[in-house]
Amino acid sequence: MTDTAHAVHLETSTGLDNRKLAIWTFIGSECLFFATLISNYLVHKETWLTGPGPFPHEAWTSPGGQVFEPIIEIPLVTLGTALLLFSSLFVVLALANAQRGNRKGLLLWLGATLLCGLFFVGMQVYEFTHFVHKGLTLKTNLFGGSFFVLTGFHGTHVTLGVIWLATLWISAFRGKIPPAKSLNLEIAALYWHFVDVVWIVIFPVVYLIK
Amino acid sequence: MATTALDQQRAHAAAGHAPPTGLWSWITTVDHKRIGILYGATAFSFFLLGGIEALLLRIQLGTPNNTFLDPETYNQLFTMHGTTMIFLAIMPLSAAFFNYIIPLQIGARDVAFPRLNAFSYWVFLLGGLFLNASWLFGAAPDTGWFGYANLTSKQYSPGLHVDFWMLGLQILGVASLAAAVNFFTTVLNMRAPGMTLMRMPIFTWMSFITQVLLLLAFPVITVALILLMFDRFFGTNFYVPSAGGDPMLWQHLFWIFGHPEVYILILPAFGIVSEVLPVFSRKPLFGYAAMVFSGIFIAFLGFGVWSHHMFATGMGPIADTYFALATMLIAIPTGVKIFNWLGTIWGGSIQYKTPIYFALGFIAMFIIGGLSGVMHASPPADLQQTDTYFVVAHFHYVMFGGSIFGLVAGAYYWWPKMFGRMLDEGLGKLHFWLMLIGFNLTFFPMHILGLNGMPRRVYTYPEGLGFEQLNMLETVGSFILATSFLVFLINIVKVWRGPRNAPADPWNAATLEWSIPSPPQEWNFERVPAVHGRDPLWEAKRERGGPLPEPERVSGKGIHLPNPSYWPLVSAIGITAMMAGLMLIHQLGPWGIIAGAAILFLGVFNWAFEPAG
Repeated sequence: MTDTAHAVHLETSTGLDNRKLAIWTFIGSECLFFATLISNYLVHKETWLTGPGPFPHEAWTSPGGQVFEPIIEIPLVTLGTALLLFSSLFVVLALANAQRGNRKGLLLWLGATLLCGLFFVGMQVYEFTHFVHKGLTLKTNLFGGSFFVLTGFHGTHVTLGVIWLATLWISAFRGKIPPAKSLNLEIAALYWHFVDVVWIVIFPVVYLIK
Repeated sequence: MATTALDQQRAHAAAGHAPPTGLWSWITTVDHKRIGILYGATAFSFFLLGGIEALLLRIQLGTPNNTFLDPETYNQLFTMHGTTMIFLAIMPLSAAFFNYIIPLQIGARDVAFPRLNAFSYWVFLLGGLFLNASWLFGAAPDTGWFGYANLTSKQYSPGLHVDFWMLGLQILGVASLAAAVNFFTTVLNMRAPGMTLMRMPIFTWMSFITQVLLLLAFPVITVALILLMFDRFFGTNFYVPSAGGDPMLWQHLFWIFGHPEVYILILPAFGIVSEVLPVFSRKPLFGYAAMVFSGIFIAFLGFGVWSHHMFATGMGPIADTYFALATMLIAIPTGVKIFNWLGTIWGGSIQYKTPIYFALGFIAMFIIGGLSGVMHASPPADLQQTDTYFVVAHFHYVMFGGSIFGLVAGAYYWWPKMFGRMLDEGLGKLHFWLMLIGFNLTFFPMHILGLNGMPRRVYTYPEGLGFEQLNMLETVGSFILATSFLVFLINIVKVWRGPRNAPADPWNAATLEWSIPSPPQEWNFERVPAVHGRDPLWEAKRERGGPLPEPERVSGKGIHLPNPSYWPLVSAIGITAMMAGLMLIHQLGPWGIIAGAAILFLGVFNWAFEPAG
């Protein structure tokens, strides 16, 4: 063992910034979180005894003679999905502008990302309200319970992402995200992509696949 | 006043003077060594609490038809004993060593995220207090540490017992996950130049694998607890059979977490023992690479064996066969480890100091626990043993005979480094012998009682079944075991009053933490070391042809240290307040949760925008 003249840790062992490695680690852990929630949905979506059911969402009559209308609205959710997908592109453009030091471009594309995120959250609030009016709550049946818990936790992740990105938008507006600090945005963007990718799994599982 | 004190400390840190003292300096500390000591002291206190709970259980079981405890209290005590020992004692005792030792072993000045590290500690402390606050309400959890559905359903457990348990575990999960992200990043990213992965000290390796297990296992229990929370608070029916739910779902989710958890508890002890044996045998670790890969293999298999906890539920022959074979497979990497430990001491010039007593005790006791584990890997044998004291004997041989023996070996080994004082050898050996005898008197007879049919978790037993003598023996043994820790406390107090007598390298050890003064200065390494092999200190001594000179204490001027901060504590209070608000949702409405969330956001935002230093 010999001493070197390194005063501080300037470089990391992997070359990746600590924060970037940490967010990847966190995302890895989150995969298990959503995998468990999705499994829970798959286990329960067929075990409903009463109330509105999942896809293929035909109307059905319960043994008690009650008629339950279909409730899932694929077009609206498809629009929300599309916008969430586009927001991933927008946040990439925002990051590219941040790295080049183009504040206007950064504000524009980050703003577009935020709007998409907000629309998605709004869509989910509308969808949840709509379901409740049609008689599907957490308590109605296990489809309802596992649906609300799965999409609700995803929606919470989107909401936290919107708050995070909004904070960065305000910082950028004040000129506090120069190219040297674009990593701040990159980390939030990694989280945003992850939330997006999870939805790409949830969307077909819940809305498209029988 | 707060800000002023904090500013003074920042000035201190910048100027490189003597370390700050006083309560406030501990509340705002982000130094991994101080956080390690906080973890150790807190976890050891919880360990003593869990031990007292166990003694009460043993008094009750000492004689047949005893009425010392009523059945309700007995349920609460065995639940809290298990929950405390797993989540509040063994895990955080390991975390104390992760904190103190990993940065020193890899040649780093601190962990990757010092404030996140403080946050983990505060969340752990508050989570532990939250769980134990249940005693004050007469509502300690009473459904076992495994909390099987539907014992935990609102219908069968309407009180606060289960609420305290599930919310307390959620809080503790946050602490574990935050710490796991932190240490995963630290080990991968903060290694000194030249320290490749296959040159990392074995304790760091085993701890690193533990972080991966934490990262992958804790999200599953988090979801299981979320589903339970929705069942209890918001009227879902995930675990309610009458509504189409399935209590088995809980068992699967719980054990998908629960079995990796077993390795979360034992791998750090494997690492400690693998450090102690080479140093006191004066030989490098035998089969280093095999040790690393067997650790990885154990962790990997650990995710595929969960249903061996569920043979009695009737899963059918195919599932039983798979889980039995996968479980037996784990004996192979574990056997590799045991033979490598034996290979390490084989032909070594063994120094009979206290740490190696505990490390050797660990090997012997862990082998017994491992063998009984292989026995109930076989479903037909398991069906006989499930819910009997045989299982209690098994997991105490691995958890106490394994983890605790390993952790105590680590405490005697690293005590001089952490506190600059050598623990007394005579008292240390007395501790060892009392612990070994007390432990075996307490737990070995449980094998026999279990095979003779004595069921676990039942508060008493009738006369005339032949259980009396062995139960009395166990109770006597448990008090001998308790006495051994009294000897440990006496040892600590005794050396605390004595002078700081520990040199930098009292054991002639091989790893980097012994190259710096005992206790280390705030910045650990004046110069970041360069590493050329697996045993850097032994290589340096060989090159020099003798012991290294005692490292000098330096002023540390110009060394950059992270700023102290109280926002991690504020954030931890926010999370705990949110969980408390959730528990009081019927009394306060959403306002308790909102208040907690507001505190959390205040903490996180100020944390994000304060200068990290």
